[in-house]
Amino acid sequence: MALPVVFFAVFFAYPVTAIVARGLRPAGAWELGRIGEVLAQPEIREVLWFTTWQALASTALTLLIALPGAYVFARFSFPGKQVLRAVVTVPFVLPTVVAGSAFLALLGRGGLLDETAGVRLDTTVWAILLAHVFFNYAVVVRTVGGLWAQLDPRQEEAARVLGASRFTAWRRVTLPALRPAVAGATLMVFLFTFTSFGVVQILGGPAYSTLEVEIYRQTSQIFDLSAAAVLTLVQFAAVVLILLVHAWTVRRRQDALRLVDAATTARRPRGPGQWALLAGVLATVAALILLPLAVLVARSFQDADGGLTLTYYRALTSAEGGAFLVPPINAIGNSLLYALAATAIALVVGGLAAAALTRRAGRLVRGFDALLMLPLGVSAVTVGFGFLITLDEPPLDLRASWWLVPLAQALVGVPFVVRTMLPVLRSVDERLREAAAVLGASPWRAWREVDLPLVRRALLIAAGFAFAVSLGEFGATVFIARPDEPTLPVAVARLLGRAGELNYGQAMALSTLLMVVCAVSLLVLERLRTDQAGEF
Amino acid sequence: MSTTKKVTAAAVAAGLGIVTLSACAESSSGDSHGSGSKTVTLVSHSSFAASEKVLEEFEAESGYKLKVLEDGDAGVAVNKAILTKGNPQGDVFFGIDNTLLSRGLDNDLFEVYEAHGADSVLLAKRPLLDKKDRVTLVDTGEICVNYDKKYFADKDITPPETFADLVKPEYKNLLVVENPATSSPGLGFLIGTVAQEGNVEWPDYWKKLKDNGVKVVDGWDQAYNEEFSGSAGGKKAGGDRPLVVSYASSPPVEAIYSDPKPAEAPTGVAKGTCFQQAEYAGLLAGAKNPEGGKALLDFLSEKTFQEDMPLNMFVDPVHKDVKPPADFAKYAVKVDAPLTMDPQRIADNRDQWVKQWTSLVVK
Repeated sequence: MALPVVFFAVFFAYPVTAIVARGLRPAGAWELGRIGEVLAQPEIREVLWFTTWQALASTALTLLIALPGAYVFARFSFPGKQVLRAVVTVPFVLPTVVAGSAFLALLGRGGLLDETAGVRLDTTVWAILLAHVFFNYAVVVRTVGGLWAQLDPRQEEAARVLGASRFTAWRRVTLPALRPAVAGATLMVFLFTFTSFGVVQILGGPAYSTLEVEIYRQTSQIFDLSAAAVLTLVQFAAVVLILLVHAWTVRRRQDALRLVDAATTARRPRGPGQWALLAGVLATVAALILLPLAVLVARSFQDADGGLTLTYYRALTSAEGGAFLVPPINAIGNSLLYALAATAIALVVGGLAAAALTRRAGRLVRGFDALLMLPLGVSAVTVGFGFLITLDEPPLDLRASWWLVPLAQALVGVPFVVRTMLPVLRSVDERLREAAAVLGASPWRAWREVDLPLVRRALLIAAGFAFAVSLGEFGATVFIARPDEPTLPVAVARLLGRAGELNYGQAMALSTLLMVVCAVSLLVLERLRTDQAGEF
Repeated sequence: MSTTKKVTAAAVAAGLGIVTLSACAESSSGDSHGSGSKTVTLVSHSSFAASEKVLEEFEAESGYKLKVLEDGDAGVAVNKAILTKGNPQGDVFFGIDNTLLSRGLDNDLFEVYEAHGADSVLLAKRPLLDKKDRVTLVDTGEICVNYDKKYFADKDITPPETFADLVKPEYKNLLVVENPATSSPGLGFLIGTVAQEGNVEWPDYWKKLKDNGVKVVDGWDQAYNEEFSGSAGGKKAGGDRPLVVSYASSPPVEAIYSDPKPAEAPTGVAKGTCFQQAEYAGLLAGAKNPEGGKALLDFLSEKTFQEDMPLNMFVDPVHKDVKPPADFAKYAVKVDAPLTMDPQRIADNRDQWVKQWTSLVVK
């Protein structure tokens, strides 16, 4: 447990505390009165109100649209299901700059919706809500659907034999079993939408601002560090609250449920009702997830007159054009290297943390469990600026170091590793190890023969998630990536920020490549799914 | 339990391995900050551009190796420089403008140094210089409303010339501007309206602009390349606003990057709406290579670099002997009397203006 604690203290708590202190203790004395002052401003209250209600609305809309999807993915078998499940997860690890431009292309001026129906949704709250569904669909499908697939359908059938109606049976048997998973997914979606940054910034325009966007504006534009610090604290408090409730629901989920192999519960849809449901879900997925992704791909192959072209892909290999000191294609190599290093760090730190959490119980450990999730909810700008001002002196002079980026990316990877490993580690029966020891196995051999085979797949899945999340990390990376070593998302953002057809096309081409890399790693994950329901 | 311990020990070892590796990687890559280093690092915003030939010339002349660190948009770059003050990321900062200069000076971001080329700065531009020689003026440019010539010709309307024109009914729903909180041309335009209308009256002017259908977007890219009907990007994106806040140098850019080059630029400049922006460079306090930094500052203010700027960053050189390149001169719009404002006045009021503007126009 020591290493994860040290890692979080040095690379998370210290930088974040330092930047907050810079804001609230400008002259060596705490100015806590600023908290009240900032919170009293009507603009700030408006931000708080908008942050909360859009998160509630986004979460409700996501559940409404994704729960039928969770059912369909859990209970029906149909061709292409594995691929589709990987594809719907792509948005979750896609950087928001990429998705934001896809939605602009769909909902903005001259977009598909504008051309077919004359409707424009950019700079409206609808664009934000729909993009949030796009990003978080997979959270619900994976958490709720994952568990749903393992519930024994015979329990519900038994209830029906005993005279319960179809609905009563579902309400009395399945719903209670699902409730903790639904609650967990709801809280995660709420957390992600509450701290939404890129979506709101790109699609919302100047009129809409979440806490996270406001922290960014206050820090990097207006340079009111004390206001930013206050907002960071407010967001921190909210996120801690969400995570504590989440930890509580997740723990409740470990109540004994009779779980079966997911492969045995799914079958072909029967009857017109089930076929209609399947068709409805597939249509929703096509419209909300596949279409924005397809728009990106299409634009990467489309020249100015609408013809097919490979110009943008070819241009990626050239340093001419000025946006970079190196050809943009190098970003792929950088991204892969950074993501590999970040994955290694996240696996070591997250794996150790999960092991520690499995062996010990008690309030303190549970608090640590929630603490490990914090990087998902704390402003990336805060972390990035924090890195900048804290990791600049020996022995931690990392500011000019290559390792800065993977360290920041590992911060967001660790929660995924912990959440994937924890349920699996907890399910390993201690008696197996004891049996091995009794039979004369050395501790190392017992670990190798007992633990490793059971944990290996979870470890690989965790690695895959950490890898994909690192590939897509944008918020912190953009602050610390060196200009001659941009990652894919950073390169995309920089190309989008430049005028000209060629730059735009290259941004789309790079986005497409990033999507392919993410999709491939997720497809590999699908093949490795464990029997246990991961918490993501 | 002993298994757990072993596993833990192995993992800790792996973790330490990473830390050790990182230490190695650090020592091999942290070369730019060594004492007596032959590398000089220029920190700038992401719009920094210079031809490779000119940068090589600097390296050959001075014997230093030049490293450029492009650090986000202008505002972010300045803020990051302030946050890392005393232990900066480089030796010279280029790209702090007159709207943000005070933020840097108040925070003692720069060391005093008078660049060799400073004497050659055009007389007319001298008043913009920092009085204590903490920064060196490198370039100027004008933030002005640009118009789509074709739109106004087709409609047979005279394009606007002044701030007063912009609130007239014939220009209703035509203008797109940037948010001054998030964009430097947006901020320049806001300050221009304050300079023109006065400390007290400017909110009334913006009320009229709002009633006349001004549209606000967050950044220059979106305003110019998507909303504006006159730019190459805007045409493709179906932009429908023929008036946009951009630069006096935007029309030459539109013309020079067209194929074939047109006889005249497709866009024009409303000359009565121009606010002069000036960009400075300075030696960062605590620079690891101050001598290299001074050489670089000299270079930025000398003829070679000044001649290279117009076609790379589309700004006006300030060196009195530098003539803009032929292409640039051909399409350039000459603004005779742009609005200016004392950096101190900007410093004292900027944040208040932006706040007031936000509650007036956006909310």
